[in-house]
Amino acid sequence: MHSDIVISQSDGRPMYLQIMEQVKQRVAVGEWAPGDEIPSIRQLAMDLRVSVITIKRAYLELEREGVILTQQGKGSIIAPNPGLSPHVYHAELSERLDEVVRLGDLLGLSSDEIARRTKEAANRLNEARLNEAGFTKEIV
Amino acid sequence: MSDFSVQFEGVSKRYTHFSLENIHLELPTGSIMGFIGANGAGKSTTIRILMGLVHQDTGTVRVLGHSMPGDQAAAKLDIGFVSEDMRLYGAATLKWHMDFMRPIYPRWDQTYAEELARRFDLKPQQKIKGLSHGQRVKSALLLALARRPRLLVLDEPTTGLDPVARMEVLSELMAVLADEDRTILFSSHNTLDVEQISDQITFIDRGRIIDSDDKEVFLDRWRRLRLVLPPDGVVPRLPGVVEVGGSGRLPVLTTNRFEPAMVSACNDLGATVQAVDTMTLEEIFVANVHSRRERLTA
Repeated sequence: MHSDIVISQSDGRPMYLQIMEQVKQRVAVGEWAPGDEIPSIRQLAMDLRVSVITIKRAYLELEREGVILTQQGKGSIIAPNPGLSPHVYHAELSERLDEVVRLGDLLGLSSDEIARRTKEAANRLNEARLNEAGFTKEIV
Repeated sequence: MSDFSVQFEGVSKRYTHFSLENIHLELPTGSIMGFIGANGAGKSTTIRILMGLVHQDTGTVRVLGHSMPGDQAAAKLDIGFVSEDMRLYGAATLKWHMDFMRPIYPRWDQTYAEELARRFDLKPQQKIKGLSHGQRVKSALLLALARRPRLLVLDEPTTGLDPVARMEVLSELMAVLADEDRTILFSSHNTLDVEQISDQITFIDRGRIIDSDDKEVFLDRWRRLRLVLPPDGVVPRLPGVVEVGGSGRLPVLTTNRFEPAMVSACNDLGATVQAVDTMTLEEIFVANVHSRRERLTA
């Protein structure tokens, strides 16, 4: 299988992260289905002209995240249940939290203050849920 | 068979104006090592000792299980060596060189040699003296690769090549590694090439090895932290800091022992971490060389 993965040297992120992301995208959009064989470490290294150790690292981390399975001597396949969706959301949450913290920092808020505001937001959401529940109950 | 294709132990060589001191080097079989150093750092001397062309004063060198320089005749059958000053016969053609090598090396692969000529866009009938620098380098590389050596030693293989030729050369080097028993050592001062294809990286400066590790470990360990200090704040003491730059309240620390926990440690000490920058191999190399040189002169 040809990988069509593209590595950018001006991306700024480590190459192994770029590879991981592109494998996950292919799985997320269904291009690589569970059970599909993916290129061997050495094959992908050759295709991308990237060191074996970099691909090895990307595959190890993908395995740790449960996206792929590697069998000694048999190569790697997409895991039967790659469980990508929760992971994708977690990644997005971290990204948004980083944004929140940066913004708070720009406004001169301490990290305690930012934490307090985050807690407040969570409380607001809870209240809204409770109200909604109460409201539905009343209707019933 | 040993898991290392190349092993240097305590190797030294003294010249009047330059000395190579206590070199330790281990190159695992099946991997690529990039050997980085400034001009005159000792890369070529190290490679010449590896090839048995220069004899070390002290220390042991083993290459593919052979002791160097003693067993160099046997070792060389399995080593492909390409260096900048390698001479091909100007009056002869590339084909003449191929025919010359063929009976000498039992593993010579004629089909592969012809395929490489096509891929490198070389005409075997052309005389060497009519070739450009890039074509000569590619010719030398073709002659080394077609022998299918277990160890390829390349002294500055990409220097002076145009971008297209560089890409062709790097592709062929990666193709060699499809076979897990084959190993490559290449020296370069083009850190971009080294960063892209190397598994192991070794930095050499002023005749000493100053760092040697997995590439991924290198790239993970080195970070630049940009801090904002409170008024009257002091720069926090962090592990592995090799350089403090920036200005008064906006210091920039370069560390070679980065861990994510450092960020919260800084915050606890009252310094805000504005950014954690990854570093390119080139930046790591320069910071590494500077800090070592400063320590030596301090």
